[in-house]
Amino acid sequence: MSTRLAKGGRLLDRSKPLNFTFNGTPLRGFQGDTLASALLGSGRTLLGRSFKYHRPRGLVASGVEEPNVLVNLGRNARLEPDQRATTTELFEGAEASSQNHWPSLDFDIGEINDKIGKLFPAGFYYKTFMAPKWAWKHLFEPVIRQAAGLGAAPKEADPDRYEQTYAFCDVLVAGGGVAGLAAALAEAKAGKRVMVMEQTAFWGGRAPVDGGIIDGLAPDEWVRNAIETLEKMENVQLFTRTMVSGLYNHGYVIGYQRVADHTPGDGRPRHRLWRIRAGLVITATGALERPLAFAGNDVPGVMLASAVRDYVVNWAVSPGDRVVIVTNNDDAYRTALAVLDAGLSVPVVIDARDSVTGALPMAVKARGVRVLEGRGIAKVLGRKAVTGVEICAQAGEGGVIETVACDCVAMSGGWSPVVHLFSHVGGKLIWDEAGAMFRPDATRPPIKADGTALARAVGAANGALTLDALCAEAGLAAQVEPEAPLAPVWVMPAGAKEALKFKAFLDYQNDVKVSDVQLAAREGYTSVEHTKRYTTLGMASDQGKLSNINGLAILSDALGQAIPQTGTTTFRPPYTPISFGAVAAEAKGEIFQPLRRTPMHGWHEAKGAHWEPVGLWRRPYCYPRAGESHRDAVNREITNTRTNVGLLDASTLGKIVVKGPDAGRFLDMLYTGMMSTLPVGKCRYGIMCNENGFLMDDGVVVRLSEDSWLCHTTSGGAEHIHAWMEDWLQCEWWDWKVYTANLTEQYAQVAVVGPKARMVLEKLGGMDVSKEALPFMSLAEGTLGGFPARVFRISFSGELSYEIAVPANMGLAFWEALNAAGAEFGAMPYGTEALHVMRAEKGFIMIGDETDGTVIPQDLNLGWAISKKKDDYLGKRAQARVEMARPDRWRLVGLETIDGTVLPDGVYAVAEGHNANGQRNTQGRVTSTYWSPTLKKGIAMGLVVNGPERMGEVLDFPGDGGVVHKVKIVDPCFYDKEGEKANV
Amino acid sequence: MLTFTCPYCGVVAEESELTGGGEAHLKRFGPGSSDAEFEAYLFTRKNPKGVHFERWRHAYGCGKWFLAARDTNTLEVFGTYPAQTTEPPADLIAAIKNKRPGWEGWK
Repeated sequence: MSTRLAKGGRLLDRSKPLNFTFNGTPLRGFQGDTLASALLGSGRTLLGRSFKYHRPRGLVASGVEEPNVLVNLGRNARLEPDQRATTTELFEGAEASSQNHWPSLDFDIGEINDKIGKLFPAGFYYKTFMAPKWAWKHLFEPVIRQAAGLGAAPKEADPDRYEQTYAFCDVLVAGGGVAGLAAALAEAKAGKRVMVMEQTAFWGGRAPVDGGIIDGLAPDEWVRNAIETLEKMENVQLFTRTMVSGLYNHGYVIGYQRVADHTPGDGRPRHRLWRIRAGLVITATGALERPLAFAGNDVPGVMLASAVRDYVVNWAVSPGDRVVIVTNNDDAYRTALAVLDAGLSVPVVIDARDSVTGALPMAVKARGVRVLEGRGIAKVLGRKAVTGVEICAQAGEGGVIETVACDCVAMSGGWSPVVHLFSHVGGKLIWDEAGAMFRPDATRPPIKADGTALARAVGAANGALTLDALCAEAGLAAQVEPEAPLAPVWVMPAGAKEALKFKAFLDYQNDVKVSDVQLAAREGYTSVEHTKRYTTLGMASDQGKLSNINGLAILSDALGQAIPQTGTTTFRPPYTPISFGAVAAEAKGEIFQPLRRTPMHGWHEAKGAHWEPVGLWRRPYCYPRAGESHRDAVNREITNTRTNVGLLDASTLGKIVVKGPDAGRFLDMLYTGMMSTLPVGKCRYGIMCNENGFLMDDGVVVRLSEDSWLCHTTSGGAEHIHAWMEDWLQCEWWDWKVYTANLTEQYAQVAVVGPKARMVLEKLGGMDVSKEALPFMSLAEGTLGGFPARVFRISFSGELSYEIAVPANMGLAFWEALNAAGAEFGAMPYGTEALHVMRAEKGFIMIGDETDGTVIPQDLNLGWAISKKKDDYLGKRAQARVEMARPDRWRLVGLETIDGTVLPDGVYAVAEGHNANGQRNTQGRVTSTYWSPTLKKGIAMGLVVNGPERMGEVLDFPGDGGVVHKVKIVDPCFYDKEGEKANV
Repeated sequence: MLTFTCPYCGVVAEESELTGGGEAHLKRFGPGSSDAEFEAYLFTRKNPKGVHFERWRHAYGCGKWFLAARDTNTLEVFGTYPAQTTEPPADLIAAIKNKRPGWEGWK
């Protein structure tokens, strides 16, 4: 039974009690508590259920490595699952509840899994749920999902605020213990810009708990002085509650600051993500204590020795009245002393080493504590709480020598340096035989862009586990009891039988036992990475913190090889989980992506436009009137355009000016057609291919002057095509004298389309827009209704059509003027869907519909747009490949259902026979399909094997629900084949 | 996230300011080239574990394409230089040879 001690607690402020609840029960703690220390101080030791076997679990650790006590924190929209109690600072009104049990923490039905645990060995998923095939999706997975997992996700949007910020520094120190602070002082005094990040709320790391003298001062005092010095330096920034979560290439570092987790509702952002470029990262991340693997090492009350003394010293919490210590090293004796100092009892210290003579053990013996040498724990007694331990010879098989009653077991298997940060981007480790640990290899650090070291490990993170070693490295003087070497102990007792190993846990969070790793080795898993995935050892938030080395050692033993031969699994960021809120920060909702707006955007919005996203643009799809469906609106817009006049905001069209003495020559290489011979003031349709010969963009090219051309691109293609041009100009033909400028946003563009288009422009007045003055495919510049305008006689609808560009800042006024002038002629705006239908009625292709990156212009009957006179253009060589001339290529045709209905989009025409997968062979597909209000029937375009040679043939296009559409191959131009409408 | 120094504007650019363009110093084969030459130009790319010459564009900066020599294994960047050249600068080659004595050269 745990309890709060009357005295002590170096981190507590007993004048500030805090109220909180656990599973609905009101409890009290103090300012300075973590949720873990407050729970333990309130007598709570059973705090959760394990992931797989639903075994009762309590606290093992006091910091980030805690595997068991993950709780639901908060409620409703602020509910957050899987919050580690040991790293959650207590605050007034905190609401926590335990996870992974039903119906209650104390009585959990799922505990049956523990009784039948033999059925769930390593890899049981892969062995058990093999057949029948359908059952995985419909039976096994839903049941497992229900049974497994930890907390529940909140269902409402997160109401809290998160932010990100950028920073640069010469040196980033990760960890605010003695080693980190000493390094920070040295770097700061050398004039470096230093950032120091400490993941907890307190400076000093372990030293204030573990004791010793640094430069003649007690650790607490030395730390206080160091912080005071650093705080006064302008080149230093200090952060607590900020974890360096990951190191990335070339010195990119993520810091995760928990700004207001401990002060919820105070208006500050909850978390802040620091995105830092550091010249050097000093990893002063300390070390983590290893558990020992004995049977029942997961019973609530069995804890790391360091955690026991943390709870006693930092928070004045007694984890138990009778604390048995089990260890393979001297450091754990500090726990015995701390426990004794608190007035509690240590019935026995069980030391796996045959001979124990160090200063710390002697000090413990001197206080009358029995120290057993060469002994181990055979088994922990108790189920929901420790009641005692059975002691055996470490060298044996577990024969019980004596039983000792206790309510807490403090275990220590030695320490592992926290090498995560050093390893994230390729820093190498070496196996330190004496310390039985992996530590950073200073000769093979992660590197920066210039090849120099990105990271340096110091202190315990560098394997300097004792205060004297750490101080020697940092150039400080230290006084501390010397420690005798540890003896590596991976299983306790060494010859433990299966029944014991079956309850000896390596990875508490994932319920991985010694027996599981040995089973994996027997079944042929020789790679540590494979074993990790097969057994789930070190997965989830553990990521090798608590369980890694013990698991590696047992795997190595089973494989009969040395530990360094087995190696470690890959360390990946984040070191501990960071919140999705911090990752997303402000990039959500409206500002998730910038929105591009044409000058007329607001007008469209006011008119109730239904939007279609086109890249980052929003374009009106149609302008539905009151009571009108989108489809009715589209049909109305088309009919009005074809009978009266329609107005289209075409401002999103890409507009790239290409200018210079070599501009014509350049465009001849870029387009399949000949652009250098285009007369000034004339327009020509052009298509661009990539070097594979496939169509990538199209649009009308206009020659503005002797040395400049305006290239229109698709709405989505402007940036990409501009970059494409620059690539060729900068990297291939850099001696050609050409400039390009993407003027897409500098001009608003309006298409005035329909039989009455000319009347509208004539009403605006100022330019001669007659057939004679401005024939089809030509350009005129002048003033229209007072607006400076470029007028292009081009048509994407088959109607008489003018596209008019005006400076962007006049776009809205010009658009309004056109609407006003057009009113008497029935002018209406039309959207992108009407545009699409009208171009399909004319058989015009659309990049992205008729093309998909595998289509050459010849497939689309665009051979007329390819110059036969040119020696070269991008894609020409590719189009000469044999494959491109095959007679059975899929080529463009029009498609018409026999019954006049609209074909579903994307359906395929089937051919005789089946392919190797037992699917019907295909001979064509639909690329565009619409209802044509002009023709009063469904029309479609598609690519069909040798299509143009098969006019009139009827193909089968199977649709949904067994329907087979009978479709006739026709000419893709459904409307005004002679082109008389546009030529007036 | 990698960083490269743009040889035009001198900025140490973050990878997120850049767009990659694959292998540098490709020789274009157009009409008249053999199938083998054309195939190699289009598809056959070096994939070394070690020194690699590659194209980057300072797309969200000055807009210029530049070339870089980078170790694909250690991610060390040996240098960057303007794209208007058919081969890496001699001093860069010397510097790489100095750091990677066993390097077979860029071709």
